[in-house]
Amino acid sequence: MTDGKRVLGPDDVRRATTRMAHEIIERNRGLDGVVLVGLQRGGVWLAESLGEEIGRIGQAVPVGSLDISLHRDDIGRRPVVPGSVSSLPCDVDGAIVVLVDDVLYTGRSVKAALDALNDYGRPSAVQLAVMVDRGHRELPIRPDFVGKNLPTSIIESVEVTVDGVVIIDPETTVDQ
Amino acid sequence: MMDTRRHLRGIGDLDRAALERLLDLTDHMAEVGRRANPKVPALRGRTMCNLFFEDSTRTRMSFDTAAKRLSADTMTLAVGSSSVNKGESLRDTVETLGAMGVDAFVVRHRSSGVPWRIAEWTEASVINAGDGWHQHPTQALLDLYTIRSERARRLGEDAGFEGLRVGVIGDIRHSRVARSLTEALGLLGAVVVHIGPRTLMPPTPLARSTDDLDGELEDLDVVYLLRMQNERMDAALIPSGEEYTRRFALDPQRAGRLGEHVLVMHPGPMNRGVEITVDPTTLPGAVVTTQVTNGIAARMAVLFDLLGGVETEVSA
Repeated sequence: MTDGKRVLGPDDVRRATTRMAHEIIERNRGLDGVVLVGLQRGGVWLAESLGEEIGRIGQAVPVGSLDISLHRDDIGRRPVVPGSVSSLPCDVDGAIVVLVDDVLYTGRSVKAALDALNDYGRPSAVQLAVMVDRGHRELPIRPDFVGKNLPTSIIESVEVTVDGVVIIDPETTVDQ
Repeated sequence: MMDTRRHLRGIGDLDRAALERLLDLTDHMAEVGRRANPKVPALRGRTMCNLFFEDSTRTRMSFDTAAKRLSADTMTLAVGSSSVNKGESLRDTVETLGAMGVDAFVVRHRSSGVPWRIAEWTEASVINAGDGWHQHPTQALLDLYTIRSERARRLGEDAGFEGLRVGVIGDIRHSRVARSLTEALGLLGAVVVHIGPRTLMPPTPLARSTDDLDGELEDLDVVYLLRMQNERMDAALIPSGEEYTRRFALDPQRAGRLGEHVLVMHPGPMNRGVEITVDPTTLPGAVVTTQVTNGIAARMAVLFDLLGGVETEVSA
């Protein structure tokens, strides 16, 4: 992992995942019709971890992934590199879709994900789970389940993995 | 200023990495095609212009559908009703259309090399949809994608192209499909053999060639049949249609000798009774309609790659 300021360790990430799993179960009593959808690429592992936790605590829920690169609003402004092909495990029509991403920042990825989701059907509700909310929203979007609220500066970047959360400041990080 | 546009005029515009990237992108586009609403906003505000100086139904419709699924606008020059008939030169036509704000020209022309000339006259990207006997790169791309995805589906993940044995059967000499396909398969490490009458082989061989279909049949992983055009018979390049069919057609007897994993492909439209005398719907390996479906996804990938600002390795 890149050098930077570590703000959460692997245990913190694991505990936050467990807590979010409980919150998702509590919010959606019974879990009927709930499907977890991780955003390519950073949200996929978290959706899988949440799926495992929810399965351990309550009942198994389907987990899928969504590639939003063709729905982004900055195509042509910056390179687009699609992740893996989207794979939704079930019909989203009428389902309660929990979108999962590692970091919530401007909200534009979530907007793109909402647009993409619409092409598959009409969910009865969409909720949002993120490991880190770093602020600086540019759209009226808010998360339903948050691992950690983390105030950041715009020049910093945030890396989230199972091993923890690291804030990278390009002005203090020396690239090799 | 450096020319930063990119084109797909021939397979020569691609290297192995670029070809593999297009195949991966085609996977994404095929997934879009399976959605309840098979349309994405990726190329909003971009315009693609079809410039077809030669008849085509499936290629033109396929490009048109591809552009629409990416939310691009489309223009089509119908040569029959255009000023081309008043003697407007090709260059004038291209410059006039270019002035209307075209981001990509899709060009089909009976003369080899026309897409390269057009690229000199316009700011837009140029995609070759078939020039003479020369190149038809999007057909090659959809064929490669069909081979890759069908083999992955039938044989398990990552069947790969390395060492894959592909027999291209028919009139190689006059076939832009064969030329582009052979070059593209070569980039990925497949082994191509050209099978057909000696008179229909190119003067400069592109691959090993033979006129003994029956001797090759059992070694092939992919049987790729080309359309046999009647004018070749008229030009006395083959003795007769019956003779061609007897020696080179996929008939029930030959079809029975194919391994279970063998794919049977054809770029269409098929000349039933000439290069194929067996009903393809009865062959488990026939993927001819899949090729047509994949054509849309492959062309979406090309359009998005050229117009969507996908990262390239040559940036900097």
